[in-house]
Amino acid sequence: MSLRRAIAVVLTGLLLGGAAPGALDTDNPQAEQAAFQAYFKNRFPSLPIAEFGNGPYAVNADMRKQWEEIMQFPPYDFALDEGKTAFETKFADGKSYADCFENGGIGVRQNFPYFDTKAGEVVTLDLAINRCRQANGEKPLPYQTGLMVSLTAYMAETSRGRPFDIKIPDDPRALAAYEDGKRYFYTRRGQLNFSCASCHVTAAGQRMRADILAPALGILAAFPIYRSEWGSMGTIDRRFTTCSSQMRSEPLDPQDKSYRNLEYFLSYMSNGVPISGPGTRP
Amino acid sequence: MPSTIRVRAMASGTQTDVQALIQHPMDSGFVKDSNGVLIPPRHIETVTFEHDGKPVLIADWGPAVSKDPYIKFAFKGGAKGDTLTVTWIDNQGKTDSLEAKIA
Amino acid sequence: MHPTSAPMSNATRRETLRILALLGMAGIAGTARAASAPGWPDDAFHQKTMPDAVNALYGKPFEASDKVTLDVPEIAENGAVVPVNVGTTLPNVTTISILVPENPFTLAASYKLPDGTLPAIGCRLKMAKTSDVVAIVESDGKLFAATKNVKVTLGGCGG
Repeated sequence: MSLRRAIAVVLTGLLLGGAAPGALDTDNPQAEQAAFQAYFKNRFPSLPIAEFGNGPYAVNADMRKQWEEIMQFPPYDFALDEGKTAFETKFADGKSYADCFENGGIGVRQNFPYFDTKAGEVVTLDLAINRCRQANGEKPLPYQTGLMVSLTAYMAETSRGRPFDIKIPDDPRALAAYEDGKRYFYTRRGQLNFSCASCHVTAAGQRMRADILAPALGILAAFPIYRSEWGSMGTIDRRFTTCSSQMRSEPLDPQDKSYRNLEYFLSYMSNGVPISGPGTRP
Repeated sequence: MPSTIRVRAMASGTQTDVQALIQHPMDSGFVKDSNGVLIPPRHIETVTFEHDGKPVLIADWGPAVSKDPYIKFAFKGGAKGDTLTVTWIDNQGKTDSLEAKIA
Repeated sequence: MHPTSAPMSNATRRETLRILALLGMAGIAGTARAASAPGWPDDAFHQKTMPDAVNALYGKPFEASDKVTLDVPEIAENGAVVPVNVGTTLPNVTTISILVPENPFTLAASYKLPDGTLPAIGCRLKMAKTSDVVAIVESDGKLFAATKNVKVTLGGCGG
């Protein structure tokens, strides 16, 4: 059995639990995106597309009530202020973040990650922020927490409500990055032998101990998040690395190529889901 | 140094609705750090809200109040433009205060 | 992110002294204190059972009342941040207190409500484990309470 065929079988089994809407391992990301979204719409028929950005709160009423309470005055407020101030502060060379981004960096978060055809790799918002800093003689920021999370929180807030709009350019390297992200998502790993799909596709909406598992569709829309479990803010990297550890699998470095490709795949699959970040989570 | 206190106070004719969020670790003293050493308790003890020179709420808190504590309450009266003063003191003697305008 | 501790500015120091004066303890210098903030019910906050905490805080008994409303989740999404809302239709409310019997220290928070403040409080509490949450309202000098149970469990993601 060729690898391609094997993946198709695995994907069919994992993704659909029986009702196959069609071939899933194709050279057609658009078809895969349609199948992915159709699966979740089928699983959660009463949810409008916008709700998928709210993760567990979309699928559990008791949790939603707690979330609405907390959102009256969200704990990410402080990070948001810090992010806005930092975003508007000029670098030593007189330029600022606005000079590195389309539209001055306002209302652009939904376009990330994108495939940089010049550099030949996926660029996330976090990576773009550091590239901007380095291009202007500033030291790069550590990922996961700190100023990086405050900056991405501010940029996300300016995009609140805008739907994910991730593009895969007609470039074999972009397609390869998407495929790599998809492969990562569906591959079992670590001591628990779980894949991302095990929890966020097959068991989406169900409980793992006391946690409600968020559907993979729209799962990145609320980032960065204030997570009660952390008692602080964290970026997508923070969640990827801690989830890897919690699944007893070796975490990769933040912004590792595989994590960026994973973010690319997940974000593309979520095209149409509005940005709901920064957010809070249990 | 930005204030640790965020306040939203809205006057609605007969009453003023107040929500406040305070940036504070509220360490209970029961949690260990990554080296297994207990993090000493550091939590707000008292928060006072004043309007027109008079207290409208005095909150006495223990370590069971959540990190970055939140409070919601309302008092009769108050008008747009009035000042609401919020002050907190913690068990280590640290303090912060903010004068907010009622919207 | 922990706030850094800035040295007290003169304005803050003056404000602190003014508050302390309000709390009836004028004359305390704004220096580092080993004891708790004045007026803070130190003893009550260190009690480990309901009867001891209520006794230390109030020194009188409470009775259940359906005129006290307590809004808490059935299952806390995270024991670190449990939203609690207390309200009441009882008159002349002077204090509202919230207790969590299964916490290491029972008393979580106590609010003094001057005349003109509405008898309703919203806050977020930590719960160590599944426990009752008890809201006590002091109305015309008497204590009335509502109790609800909140389940607190381990997070599922192995954390």
